[in-house]
Amino acid sequence: MATKETMTINMGPQHPSTHGVLQLVLELDGETVVKAVPHIGFLHRGVEKLSENRSYHRALPLTDRLDYLAPMSNNLGYVLAVEKLLGITDQIPERAKVVRVMMAELTRIKSHLVWLATHALDIGAMTVFLYCFREREAIMDMYEKLSGARMTSNYFRVGGLSLDLPEGFENDVRDFIDAMPGHIDTYEGLLTGNKIWQKRTIGVAKISAEDAIDIGLTGPALRGSGVDWDLRRDNPYTGYEDYDFKVITRDGCDTFDRYKVRLDEMRESCKIIYQALDKLQPGPILADVPSVCLPAKKDVVNSIEGLIHQFKIITEGFKPEPGEVYQGIEAPKGELGYYMVSDGSANPFRMKIRPPSFVNLQALPQMVEGSLLADVIAAIGTLDIVLGEIDR
Amino acid sequence: MSQAVVAKLKGTFAASVLDVKEHRGEVTVTVKKEDIVDICRYLKEEAGYNFLCDLCGVDYLGQTPRFMVVYNLYNITTKERLRVKVPVDEQDCCVDTVSGVWSTANWPERECWDLMGISFTGHPDLRRILMPADWEGHPLRKDYPLQGPGRDLYQGRLS
Repeated sequence: MATKETMTINMGPQHPSTHGVLQLVLELDGETVVKAVPHIGFLHRGVEKLSENRSYHRALPLTDRLDYLAPMSNNLGYVLAVEKLLGITDQIPERAKVVRVMMAELTRIKSHLVWLATHALDIGAMTVFLYCFREREAIMDMYEKLSGARMTSNYFRVGGLSLDLPEGFENDVRDFIDAMPGHIDTYEGLLTGNKIWQKRTIGVAKISAEDAIDIGLTGPALRGSGVDWDLRRDNPYTGYEDYDFKVITRDGCDTFDRYKVRLDEMRESCKIIYQALDKLQPGPILADVPSVCLPAKKDVVNSIEGLIHQFKIITEGFKPEPGEVYQGIEAPKGELGYYMVSDGSANPFRMKIRPPSFVNLQALPQMVEGSLLADVIAAIGTLDIVLGEIDR
Repeated sequence: MSQAVVAKLKGTFAASVLDVKEHRGEVTVTVKKEDIVDICRYLKEEAGYNFLCDLCGVDYLGQTPRFMVVYNLYNITTKERLRVKVPVDEQDCCVDTVSGVWSTANWPERECWDLMGISFTGHPDLRRILMPADWEGHPLRKDYPLQGPGRDLYQGRLS
């Protein structure tokens, strides 16, 4: 009688399709996955611990490095949480709010582009990768123009923005989103009707709405299972209630539908950016809260008061009253939450980040057990994980 | 609405609710740790808090009880949030797991054990998650030096 044996193999942490340093220990019966155990933590840098030893302004650059494919979303979640802690949410100037929305949506497009590029590459469609990176490059250039950095933007500030938009920036954005829907059509042309793509995605890595909520999926991964939940609409922040957009949901619960959700989300993001551009009016970019916000550069170099003001904020920071808040935002990958506790000092007493990828990755074993080894690659891609924010 | 839930919670678990606070429009309920699983199940099944956003520990070194375990809940139907906290003593550093109520609690509880050293009774797979398996100590505790084990406590960047 033949004996039945399973084989255990390691996938990662240096495997190209694990999107970073993720290790999966897979137990295989032939080509079928019997058990999958993710191992994470290879990129743990102790961001939460570090932030407890830095002032609020100085903890902000740490957040860029979480989801490095969507740095501005991370910055946004952080500054909103600190503003809530300070109770200055209502005092953020309109222009700053509009720019935040615009950049958050560009970031969403940028993040989804990398997702599509690598997801398609992993399951064999190389051309899309090159096209997506071409468009992403344009957004990177805008990032650079705006903040000086292509990835670690550190552009938003508690109270508003660090700098105003550079000359001609609005035209760059408009040119980009004029062209973007056409590009998305191109990607769809390459993939949606493609028989190989369909075979690799339809019915792959299925998860029902009920299971998805139970395991904590959020963002496009959850909306692909038909759950109509988007924090931008349901718990609006930074002025999202004034924008008209659709929340995309699909009922297929599989990789293909999550792909369609993300593509349509990019189109909706373009619509939001058009509205933001129309709303953009000249005005202040920082809240008028001198105890929190840095003074304008011209005051710092021209007056002793301005200099002292700047010095005080840089050396001492600001001290929110004791209390705790939770701020969740709809990051490209799902709900990004910051739980902040203040003890009345200038450093966060506790900053807990709820990274969407961390919780989403938890669903992986459930999605792949019983399926083929090749589908594990598709499942990792469709969850859109970034190890930087999983490991923090 | 959250207040209504808190009122109902107080009615059902009168002896367990230790404190109710509102800060910046967010409601925080502190409850006794013995009843956390029952309270979570009640909040999920009766009050509609079907989504556990986040779970973490906070170290209030110097206070008794030393730790708080914090549950950030969300109701997908009414789109409302509620925070539940549980005080945990340093001597009896464990809480019952809520991974039976929401499966999503599994990894956050492992993380809380790994970084804060709070153990979860009944957890199906309580291993370290971010730190290496043979690591000693729990880095997010306030008495754990920032620059690593065996170093002095961090006194600021000019020290």
